[in-house]
Amino acid sequence: MATPTVPPPTLVVAPTTGRTRLRRVLRGIVRPLRESHGVARFMLVTGLAVTLLMVGLAAFAPVVAPYGFNQVADADGTRFGNHVPPGADHWFGTSVQGLDVFSRVVWGARTAVAVVLLALAFSLFIGVLLGIVAGFVGRWLDRALVLVMDALYALPALLLAIVVAFLLSEYVGGGVTTAALAITAVYVPQYFRVVRAATVSAKEQTYVEAARAMGAGPVTIMSRYLLGNVVHSVPVIATLNAADAILTLAGLGFLGYGIQPTEAAEWGYDLQRAISDAGAGIWWTGLFPGAAIVLLVLGLTLVGEGLNETTNPAIRVRRLLPVTIPRRLPEQDGEETR
Amino acid sequence: MSTRTSGSLRTYLLTRLLLFIPNVLIILTIVFVLMRVAPGDPVSVARGGQLPPEQIAMLRRQAGYDRPLLVQYWEYLSGVVRLDFGRTITDSREVTQILVTNGGATLTLTLAALVVAVLIGVPLGLLAGRRRDTTLDGGVRVFGILTYAAPVFFVGLLLQLLFARTLGWLPSSSQATPIMQARVPTRTHIYLLDALLAGDTEAFFNGLQHLILPALTLGLLLSGVFLRIVRVNVVQTLRDDYVEAARARGVPERRVVIQHAFRNALVPFVTVLGLNVALLLGGAILTEQTFNWPGVGSQLVRYLQNRDYVAVQGIVTMFALAVVTISLIIDLVNAIIDPRVRY
Amino acid sequence: MTDPSSRSRVEVRPVRGPAAGPPPSGPVLTVRDLRVWYGTESGPVRAVDGVSFELWPGETLGLVGESGCGKSTLGRGLLGLLPAGAKVAGSARYRDTDLVTAKPREIRALRGPHLGLIFQEPLTRLNPLLRISDHFEEALRAHEPDLSDEEIRRRALEALRSMGIPPTRYRAYPHEFSGGMRQRIMIALALVLRPSFVVADEPTTALDVLVEAQIIRILADLRRNYDTALLFITHNLGIVAEACDRVAVMYAGRIVEQGPVRDVFARPQHPYTRELLRSTISLSTTGLHYIPGAPPDLVQPPSGCRFHPRCPQAMRVCRERFPRATTVGEQRVECWLHGPRELIPDGGDEPLVREEAGVVDES
Repeated sequence: MATPTVPPPTLVVAPTTGRTRLRRVLRGIVRPLRESHGVARFMLVTGLAVTLLMVGLAAFAPVVAPYGFNQVADADGTRFGNHVPPGADHWFGTSVQGLDVFSRVVWGARTAVAVVLLALAFSLFIGVLLGIVAGFVGRWLDRALVLVMDALYALPALLLAIVVAFLLSEYVGGGVTTAALAITAVYVPQYFRVVRAATVSAKEQTYVEAARAMGAGPVTIMSRYLLGNVVHSVPVIATLNAADAILTLAGLGFLGYGIQPTEAAEWGYDLQRAISDAGAGIWWTGLFPGAAIVLLVLGLTLVGEGLNETTNPAIRVRRLLPVTIPRRLPEQDGEETR
Repeated sequence: MSTRTSGSLRTYLLTRLLLFIPNVLIILTIVFVLMRVAPGDPVSVARGGQLPPEQIAMLRRQAGYDRPLLVQYWEYLSGVVRLDFGRTITDSREVTQILVTNGGATLTLTLAALVVAVLIGVPLGLLAGRRRDTTLDGGVRVFGILTYAAPVFFVGLLLQLLFARTLGWLPSSSQATPIMQARVPTRTHIYLLDALLAGDTEAFFNGLQHLILPALTLGLLLSGVFLRIVRVNVVQTLRDDYVEAARARGVPERRVVIQHAFRNALVPFVTVLGLNVALLLGGAILTEQTFNWPGVGSQLVRYLQNRDYVAVQGIVTMFALAVVTISLIIDLVNAIIDPRVRY
Repeated sequence: MTDPSSRSRVEVRPVRGPAAGPPPSGPVLTVRDLRVWYGTESGPVRAVDGVSFELWPGETLGLVGESGCGKSTLGRGLLGLLPAGAKVAGSARYRDTDLVTAKPREIRALRGPHLGLIFQEPLTRLNPLLRISDHFEEALRAHEPDLSDEEIRRRALEALRSMGIPPTRYRAYPHEFSGGMRQRIMIALALVLRPSFVVADEPTTALDVLVEAQIIRILADLRRNYDTALLFITHNLGIVAEACDRVAVMYAGRIVEQGPVRDVFARPQHPYTRELLRSTISLSTTGLHYIPGAPPDLVQPPSGCRFHPRCPQAMRVCRERFPRATTVGEQRVECWLHGPRELIPDGGDEPLVREEAGVVDES
C-alpha cells in the first residue's frame, strides 16, 4: 500500500490547557470535512457513514442481534435447524451447526471493532513512542531500531501475525488480546517509520533549536514540540491500517488462529466453515460474513483515502471556481472609479 | 558535476549485494527469537502426548534443543547457509523436501496471479490517472478498493459458488484431477511443466483449468494494489515539470502522455512489485487453503495445526528469505532501468 | 517606437527555420488589453489586468516587476500554458493568429517552431529517464518529421555547441549535468526549432551569478544570430540593463511604464520605476532603500492608480481615477503626473493625505 508522503512540519506548539486542546482536536476533525470537495468529499462522507454504521452495530450488538453468537436453540429449547436458508426466522439463515448467521455477523462486528481498536491503541502507542525516540536520539539506537523495524516490515503481514498468534496462544490462549497483540506486531513498523521520518525532519527545524537554546530538556522537546507536529500524518495511516487490520484478523480467523470459536464470533472463522458449504451450494453462510468484512474495510478505506486526498499536499487538487472577465473596464478611460 | 559512467552501476550492484547479508541476518534472528519465545521445547510441544518420555528426550537431544541458546542460534544460521532448514518433528521430513515438493505449486500460483494482476491493474491504473476525477476514474477506483476490501478467501468463495457450483465451468480444488496427477511423471515438481515435458497436452490443459480460479482470485487482490499505485503515479507525473516543458515544445499530447507521463509513472512500479511480495505470499497461503492447492502455504498451515515448531520455523525462514531475495532482485532491476538510482 | 533596423547591428544573416516563412515587416507580437484572471475561493485574482505592448523581430523586451505582479502569468498566458481555471481576455496577435481566441489545437501547432518558452527552474524540466539526445529527437521529429537521423543529430549538436555543451555529452542523462548546464540545454532545446518568439521566464533566477552571466551572454547573442524576438521576464534590473533593448515595468497586473532601456533607466517617468531603480544595490550603495507598504492585493486592487498607497508623489486624483496612458518621448507611462491636465478635477493635484497605518490587525 502506498504510504502517503509526510507533509512538511509547521510550527505548532501543543497548548497546555485542556479546553483549547480539545477545541483544536475537534476543529482538526471537522476541517477535512469542510475543505474536501469532489471525489474526495464523496469518499469521506460515504466512508464515514458506512464505518459508523458498522461501529454502531458493534456497539449495540446485544440489542441488535436476536441471538447469542453461540446459540443453537431458542429460549424454550427448540433447536434452530442446520443450514436453514434465509427467511423470516433467520434473516441470514443458519450455519451447519445451527447458528444464526445474522447474529454471528453482528457479534462478529463487535469482535472486529474491539480487536482492531485495541491493536490500534497498542501499535500507535509503541510505534509513535519508538518513532519519536529513534528520530530524536539518533545514532546507534536509531539505526538498531530502524533495522529491526524494516525487517519486521519486510515479513509478510499474515505470516508474522500467524507466528505471533501461534506463540502467544501457548501462553495466554486464544482471545481478543492475543489477536490484538498479533496484529499490533504487524503494524508497529508502519507508525514507527512515518513518525520517525517526521521527527527527523522536524528535528532540524529552527524552533527546536530555539527550544534547546532556551534550555528545554529532551523529554520536553519531544512531547511539546515534536509530538504535535509529527502526528499530522498519523490519522490517514491509522485509518488505512485499521482497514488492513480487519483483513488480517479475518485471515487469522480463517486459518484458525485468532479468536477461538468459544470465545467470540469472528467473520474469518465463519468463512472458513463456509468453504466446505460452497460445494453443496449453500451460499448464505459465506456471503453475509464476507460482505460484512467488505463493508467495514470499505468504509475505513474510503475515510482514509478521502482524508489523504484532502490533507496530503502532494496530490491535493485546488478547488477551481469559474471566473468571467467583464467586457470593458470604465476606469481605463480615466473616469470615476468606485 | 562529473559524468557518471556505467561504473557507478557496478558500484551500486556491489553495494546492494553486500547490504543483503546484514538484512538477511536480522530477519533470521527475528524468526529465531520469535520461535524461541514459547515455553518448553518444540519436541515436547509437538509430540508430548504421543511418545514415552525417554524417546522425547532422545529426539530432543537429536534435534539439539537441550543445548545453550547461542549454540542453537549458530546451528540455525549455519544450517540456513547450507540450505538445511531442519527436519520436521511430526513426520520427520526434511523441510527442504517440502519446498521441493510443494514449491512448484506455489510458484505456479503466484506467477499466474502476478500476470493476472498486471494485465488487469496496470491498464486500469493508467486510464484512471489520465482521466482523473471523471466517472471512469471513480469506477476504477471503486473497483480498486473493492478488490482490496474483499478478503482473498471471500473472493475465492464467491468465484467457487459462481463458476464451480452454479455454472459448473471450472473446478474448485486441487491442481488437477487425481487421474491426471497420477499420469504425469514428477520431474520438476511443477505440474504444468511436467505435463509439457511428458507431452501430455490433456493433462496440461486440465492443470490450466484448475489454475484459473485460484490465479484469478489472488490476481484480483493484487490488481487493486497495482491499480491504485499506478494511478497515483500517473496523476503525479502528469503534473511534473518536464511534462509541462514537453508541452511547451509542442510535443503532441499523445506522446507526452505515453512517453513521459505513463513511462515515468511505471518505473517506480517495479519497486512496488518488490514491496508487495509480502502481500503476495500472505495471499497465497490463504488462496491455497481456499482451493486446496498443494503449495507450501497449505503445508505451513498443516504443520501449524500439528504444532510442529521446527517445520513452522523452517517454512517461515524460507518465506522470509524468499521475500528478502526477491526484494534484492527488484532493487537491482530497478537500478538497471532507472539511471538515477546509483550510489 | 524605434524601428530596430535603424540601430547598428552586427551584420550576420539571421537564420530562419523552415517553419518561419518570409520575414514579417511588422511586429512579431501585438498585445492589446490582455487580461488573465484566476478564480479562487476569495474572488477572481486579476493577475494580468489590461496589458498592451508590441514586440519586434530581433528585439529583447525586458518585463520587470516585483514577485507576484503577474509577469510570469503574462508570459505563460501568451503561450497558453496557464493552469486550469484561468481565463484570458483581450488580444495577442502573432502573425495571423490571435493567441487568445485560437483553438488549443492551433496553439499546440505553434508551440515549438513559432513560440518558445524557457522556464525558471532547469533542474526538473528534463525527463530524468530520457537522454538529452532523446529530448532533441522528440522535439525535432514532432515538428519536422521529414528530417533524417543524421540531420536531426547535426542540428541538435549545433544548437548544443552554440550553448557551450560539447558533443560528447549528447547521450548523457539529465542528472549528469549541473543546473547551469541544464538551463543551457533547455535553451538549446527551445531554439533548435528556430522559433520567432521566445518567452524567457526568469531563466537565471535559480542559478548563481557566474552561470547567470554566461546565460545572459548567450541570450544576447540570440537576437543577433537568430533574429528571435525575446520577452525576458525578470526581477533583476541589472540584467535588463545589460541584455534588453526595451523594458516594460509591471505593477499589479498593469504595465506602468515601457520604453527603450537607456531612456527608462536614465529618465524614469513613473514613480514606481524610480523607486525600483533606487532600491537596486550596487557597490556604491551605502544605505538600503525600500518601497514602503505591501504588494498590492490582486483580488481587490487599490482604487484609481494601483500604486497610490505606496507612491511618494501621490495626488488626490490618483486615488479616485485610473490614470490615462501618455507618451513622453519614446516612453509610454500611466501616471497622473504626466496625465492630461484636462482630466484632473479641481483640487485633484493636491498631495494625497494617507491615514497613518494603525496597529496591524492579525485576524
